[in-house]
Amino acid sequence: MARTRTAAAAAPDIVSGAVAVPPASQRRSLRKRIELTVLLVPPLALFIGFVLVPMIFAIWYSLYNWNGYGPLTDFIGLQNYRGVLTGPVFHQALLHNIIIAVLSVVIQLPISIGLALLLNRRMRGRGALRLAVFTPYVLSQATSAVMWLMLLSHGGPVDALFRSAGLGGLVRFWLASTSLVLYTLFFVITWQFIGFGIVLLLAGLQGIPPELREAAAIDGATPWQVTRQVVLPLLGPTIRVWIFLAVIGSLQLFDIVWIMTLGGPANSSQTMLTYLYFNGLERTQFGYGATISVVLFIISFVFALAYQRYALRRDTSGALTRAVQ
Amino acid sequence: MRTNRMAAAVAAAVTLAIAACSSGGSTSSTTAAGSSTSSTATVALSWWNNGTAQPLLGIWQSAVSAFHAAHPNVTIRSVPHQNEFFKTNMPIALKSNNPPDIYQQWGGGAEATQIQSGKLANLTQYVSGWIGTLGKAAAGWQVNGQQYGIPYDQHVVGFWYRKDLFVKAGITSPPTTLAELESDDAKLKAHGIAPIGIGGQAQWPDAFWWEYFAVRECSQSVIQQAMSAANLSAPCYSQATKDLTAFIATNPFEAGFNAVAAQSSPASSAGMLANGKVAMELQGDWEPGELLGDTTDKSIDSKLGWFPFPAVSSGQGDPTAVIGGGDGWSCTTGAAEPACAQFLQYIDSTQVQEQLVTQASIGLPANAAAEGAITNPAVKAAAQAHDSAAYVAVYFDQALPTNPGLALDAAIANFFAGKGSNSAIINSVSSSSGH
Repeated sequence: MARTRTAAAAAPDIVSGAVAVPPASQRRSLRKRIELTVLLVPPLALFIGFVLVPMIFAIWYSLYNWNGYGPLTDFIGLQNYRGVLTGPVFHQALLHNIIIAVLSVVIQLPISIGLALLLNRRMRGRGALRLAVFTPYVLSQATSAVMWLMLLSHGGPVDALFRSAGLGGLVRFWLASTSLVLYTLFFVITWQFIGFGIVLLLAGLQGIPPELREAAAIDGATPWQVTRQVVLPLLGPTIRVWIFLAVIGSLQLFDIVWIMTLGGPANSSQTMLTYLYFNGLERTQFGYGATISVVLFIISFVFALAYQRYALRRDTSGALTRAVQ
Repeated sequence: MRTNRMAAAVAAAVTLAIAACSSGGSTSSTTAAGSSTSSTATVALSWWNNGTAQPLLGIWQSAVSAFHAAHPNVTIRSVPHQNEFFKTNMPIALKSNNPPDIYQQWGGGAEATQIQSGKLANLTQYVSGWIGTLGKAAAGWQVNGQQYGIPYDQHVVGFWYRKDLFVKAGITSPPTTLAELESDDAKLKAHGIAPIGIGGQAQWPDAFWWEYFAVRECSQSVIQQAMSAANLSAPCYSQATKDLTAFIATNPFEAGFNAVAAQSSPASSAGMLANGKVAMELQGDWEPGELLGDTTDKSIDSKLGWFPFPAVSSGQGDPTAVIGGGDGWSCTTGAAEPACAQFLQYIDSTQVQEQLVTQASIGLPANAAAEGAITNPAVKAAAQAHDSAAYVAVYFDQALPTNPGLALDAAIANFFAGKGSNSAIINSVSSSSGH
């Protein structure tokens, strides 16, 4: 900031010509500092104001038994953490988040890669197909949740579709069954987010030079070999980024679940965030809710760090490991 | 110059935005000093209510104008918010330095929890002259004998049933005992009609059932003790779970009820009743208004009947006792309390209360003098049962403080979903964890 003020003060002098113009290298470094200040201060202010400060508050609240009314007086140390970490419902919620994350990688990823490869080929109706696949992602999660809630209601349109196709025997209590509801929700999540993965992978595919495939083909590689040995390895960075986003998204799953099931029946679709919302806001146990948020933060943070360190190491080398000159 | 002007404009905009933010929550300014409002003091009160849609929106607007006409020094600004907003945002608003002056208050344990903020005005001295006209309705908004809230309507929970479907199943009169209810369920099922709708997803409709069994099994004093001590260890509560277990075993509810919402769509349990897919539902007196929104059947009102929760043969509880509650208001300490209390008195005047009954189809007015305006026979039956009840047990999740109240709802809903137990229900309120 000191340099910025100097610049403003120096400006009239330059115009008047009374003072010698500083050397070019000095001007460059000054400009760079101004640029950095202008570019960094707003996001930094937002980050500090809306991420760091609330986080510190959350950690502070998590040490109290506090219902949101009146001052923070009932300091209970780590008792909330013990409550969260030993609570059976939190264990269930965490397990559900993990199941969704694993299913995302195991099921959504192959589907996304397959569809991206298909949609990357020149064919008729490619634009329309791409649009169709991507459209659900554009809808707000609330809209999709309300829509699927109606479609999947017992005796609703989905059941009618099964029956009209002669598959009435497959009709289940999609949302009312405690053993099925999580997988029904996973289906809706997949429907909503698959388009995002496909677009990401398509962008990755566009970045693979066609010469490499042609060269492999000239060398006698079959189309499968080209895909397996050339395309997929080159798509690696995109796939790794997608996995990162999918896992973090799974850990933070809330909207669709809250609207469709409120985490029920009997906690069978509870996620960490629905558990947080129910206990923190609805039951006005703000200290306990803050504790859940801190635990969720630590889980996400540890995963993010470990993933960056081990999986994304090559992809991000340079970008994160040394300063850009 | 240009830069300077822009900077000045930006600065002005920022100042305006900050000013707007700081006055956005509420404005309460008594220009005259002291707590007494002389006729010359100008008072501005912000009023957070849940009248986001007509007809309530219009009724509150006209109440504000009429009150201002009679009291030109008092200006009330109505700020409607969605219902859920009050549950999640009141803690934050009451923690801030400028909470609303008047806001939606459902009384009971939640009100007691809010009093801990130190921001709720004790209205006792301002309303002592007229609060008696509300009779027993006012008690639900008292904490330790002090009036921290004032109701404007009352609710009673009972069975709303389709007279046409009862006739179809050969049921001549509504059941008065549990055994009769079960035999009527069987008759309805024999005619291919799902007997009872329940919005299990929302949890609180499940809780109505267990609570009613508890009210039939336990005496009034046991209920009152349990609510004030947040303790359900009396044996009659476990008996209520046994009754509920036996009743659920008769399979009276619609298929997949655990995932059915309670309100606001044709696929909800209320929508099912409105569209004749179930024959009855245990719900509050807001049901007729709710049904109208969930069906195209404009004659639905004439098809509805009402009967109270049946007697349970083994119970110690009074068979006429009902479960209910109501809607009301609280004033905050920053508000000009006498003016605030005066406005609440105006809302409870026969004139506004009749408007609420005839135009907004609220079930039961807080002021019994307006009950004559009720025309719907089913609502009339509900009102009569409410007025002649031995006592009104406030919904347990409202009578208890918020945390144990919702823990109880969740435990009962788990039980309905086949994943709970009696001990989980009983312990949900006493262990502060209950997570």
